[in-house]
Amino acid sequence: MIRLEYYLIISTLMFFIGIFGFITRKNMIAILISLELVLNAVEINFAAFNRFLYPHQLEGMFFTLFGIAITAAETAVALAIIINAYRSIGNININNLNRMKN
Amino acid sequence: MEYSLFILIAPFFLFLVLGLLGMKMKPKVAGIIGTIGMGLCAICAYTVAYQYFFQTGRVGEEWQQFIPVNFEWLRFTENLHIDLGILLDPISVMMLVVITTVSLMVHIYSLGYMHGETGFQRYYALLSLFSFSMLGLVVATNIFQMYIFWELVGVSSYSLIGFYYTKPSAVSASKKAFIVTRFADLGFLIGILILSYYTKTFDFGTLTANHAELVTTSFAGGTFMGLSLATLALTLIFMGGAGKSAMFPLHIWLPDAMEGPTPVSALIHAATMVVAGVFLVARLFPVYFFAAPDVLTLIAYIGTFTALFAAVIAITQTDIKRVLAFSTISQIAYMMVALGVSDYGGHDGLGYMASMFHLFTHAFFKALLFLGAGSVIHAVHSNEMSQMGNLHKYMPITNWTFLIACLAIAGIPPFSGFFSKDEILAAAFHHHQVIFWTLWIVAGLTAFYMFRLYFRIFWNGKRDYNEHHKPHESPLAMALPLIILAVFSVFTGFIPFSDFISSDFMPFHTHIDWTVAGMSIVVALIGISGAFALYAKNSKQPAQIAQSLGGLYKAALHKFYLDEVWMWFTQTVIFRYICMPIAWFDRHIIDSAMNGLAWTTQKSADSVKGLQSGQVQFYAWVFVVGSILIAVLVLFF
Repeated sequence: MIRLEYYLIISTLMFFIGIFGFITRKNMIAILISLELVLNAVEINFAAFNRFLYPHQLEGMFFTLFGIAITAAETAVALAIIINAYRSIGNININNLNRMKN
Repeated sequence: MEYSLFILIAPFFLFLVLGLLGMKMKPKVAGIIGTIGMGLCAICAYTVAYQYFFQTGRVGEEWQQFIPVNFEWLRFTENLHIDLGILLDPISVMMLVVITTVSLMVHIYSLGYMHGETGFQRYYALLSLFSFSMLGLVVATNIFQMYIFWELVGVSSYSLIGFYYTKPSAVSASKKAFIVTRFADLGFLIGILILSYYTKTFDFGTLTANHAELVTTSFAGGTFMGLSLATLALTLIFMGGAGKSAMFPLHIWLPDAMEGPTPVSALIHAATMVVAGVFLVARLFPVYFFAAPDVLTLIAYIGTFTALFAAVIAITQTDIKRVLAFSTISQIAYMMVALGVSDYGGHDGLGYMASMFHLFTHAFFKALLFLGAGSVIHAVHSNEMSQMGNLHKYMPITNWTFLIACLAIAGIPPFSGFFSKDEILAAAFHHHQVIFWTLWIVAGLTAFYMFRLYFRIFWNGKRDYNEHHKPHESPLAMALPLIILAVFSVFTGFIPFSDFISSDFMPFHTHIDWTVAGMSIVVALIGISGAFALYAKNSKQPAQIAQSLGGLYKAALHKFYLDEVWMWFTQTVIFRYICMPIAWFDRHIIDSAMNGLAWTTQKSADSVKGLQSGQVQFYAWVFVVGSILIAVLVLFF
């Protein structure tokens, strides 16, 4: 049986890779992907803890499902914003989205 | 007698109407509205006076104090509250009569004198404001109400002296008057605060009740720098009075105040406002007498000196209004001396009665003198004596009324000034010989300079008036007040004043002391004949005498250089040693503290404003690092 620690190591790695990508990448699609990594890391944690701590209950699993649904919706919205941004400024570099500030 | 409130409301209402709507009216309409309003006010004051003196004022023998109107204006604590109200007692009712009469005369007179001036409506509005403030001052029920109206009087006097505000001399005169009296009022205010701090009251009735028992007990030997606190407080209060009443050395503003229109000088700087100081001391007389008799002595000495000093200056002046101004200072000083030498109660309180009596008669004949001078100025368009002379041919009414006023102020029986001055001299005679003899000399000087003025204006002097522009008698609006005031100047002396006004509210009987009266008549006649000898005919003698006196004459002509002394004092002592260090402190310490604070704020803002970049990724980075740090702290420490 795979031990809980392995799940947690994987999810931690994913989480920090996601954070790193979120902070460093300039491409908005890449930022969105990094964000997905962070959220999926969390969902792995939900599923793993549910499996190991309360095997006869399903709250963690349901939460994971909710998370996936919300992530999908959020991705859709984000992609729509990115497309609009592309139409407006001609690229999807996050640093170029500063028209409101200046 | 609640309707006495009308006396206050009417002028205030007139002020509002004329001040706000005046410019929409024709000047004449505004003047007539003001005059009629003041007339109604005067009628009301006469009714109050009649009712007070002849119907309700006396219970048994004693005069009562009535407070027909009183309301609490500001309430701070149980003890500390400021009331506004009307106090009727013999002196305030007498003052009501004086003020409304003179004010009405001035209102009528100004219809002629100020005719065609720009700002005619403003002039009437300000006259109403002044009348309101002065009436409020005399009926004040407590010392704080008096102070409020005292300042109002100062403000309206300021704006009336500066009425011709395009003339630089008038502007500086108005500023001088305001600043000097304001400086004195600072003392007044401190005095009020000390007095009320110990007695816990502002009320005149409470302060003066039972031989000012409250004041004497509540101060109970408190001292400050070797002076008893009561003495100190009352001296400071007297300082306020000395400022308004132009006592030496605070008299310097009054001669300059003659820059205002002449009727204003008659109303404010001769008859009413300048006697406010005398009125103040009279109002607090029991307090002065029982709590701080030293201050009364001081008042007597200052008054004596001022009387002599101003009379000497008056002899040398050539501007007729300035002669009258110094004569006013001298006469007010007479009233102050009378208060200073007075004792309390019965016939001993003769000085108190004499002071009020002289205030009453002086108001009429001095207003008459000023209005007469205004009439002369109106005719010859100059204030200088050298431009006048021989006017008796052209201006008979002014001539006769002016003569009556001169006789009254010189103290020739049966004119009013004789009776009041005689009482003052009698009071001084029984009190202090030096004061008496000084006053006696001043009486002679008064007669001399008044008749010098009279002869130079109406008899001897310039004769060759321009054929096309001969002096002419003033119009009826100006002549009528002169005649009415002349009647007052003749007959007010016969009022048995001691039946009405006394220091302890009990009537007493006076009789003319013929030793004193004889001496005062003799000295007045000497003065008049001296003036007649020197000035009735054109002669070189006055110039020769002036020459032989040399320095003394020059000093008196320059008002003993008091203006220069004050100027030096202000410029060198106050400006250099007080104002400049304070300005330095303000500019360098206060301002740099503020600037430093602003500088620090700006610099720190500059250094942290880079944090708010608008870059979400940067925020996320900070957030993550922060969370990790907090997690590490929580987990390991």
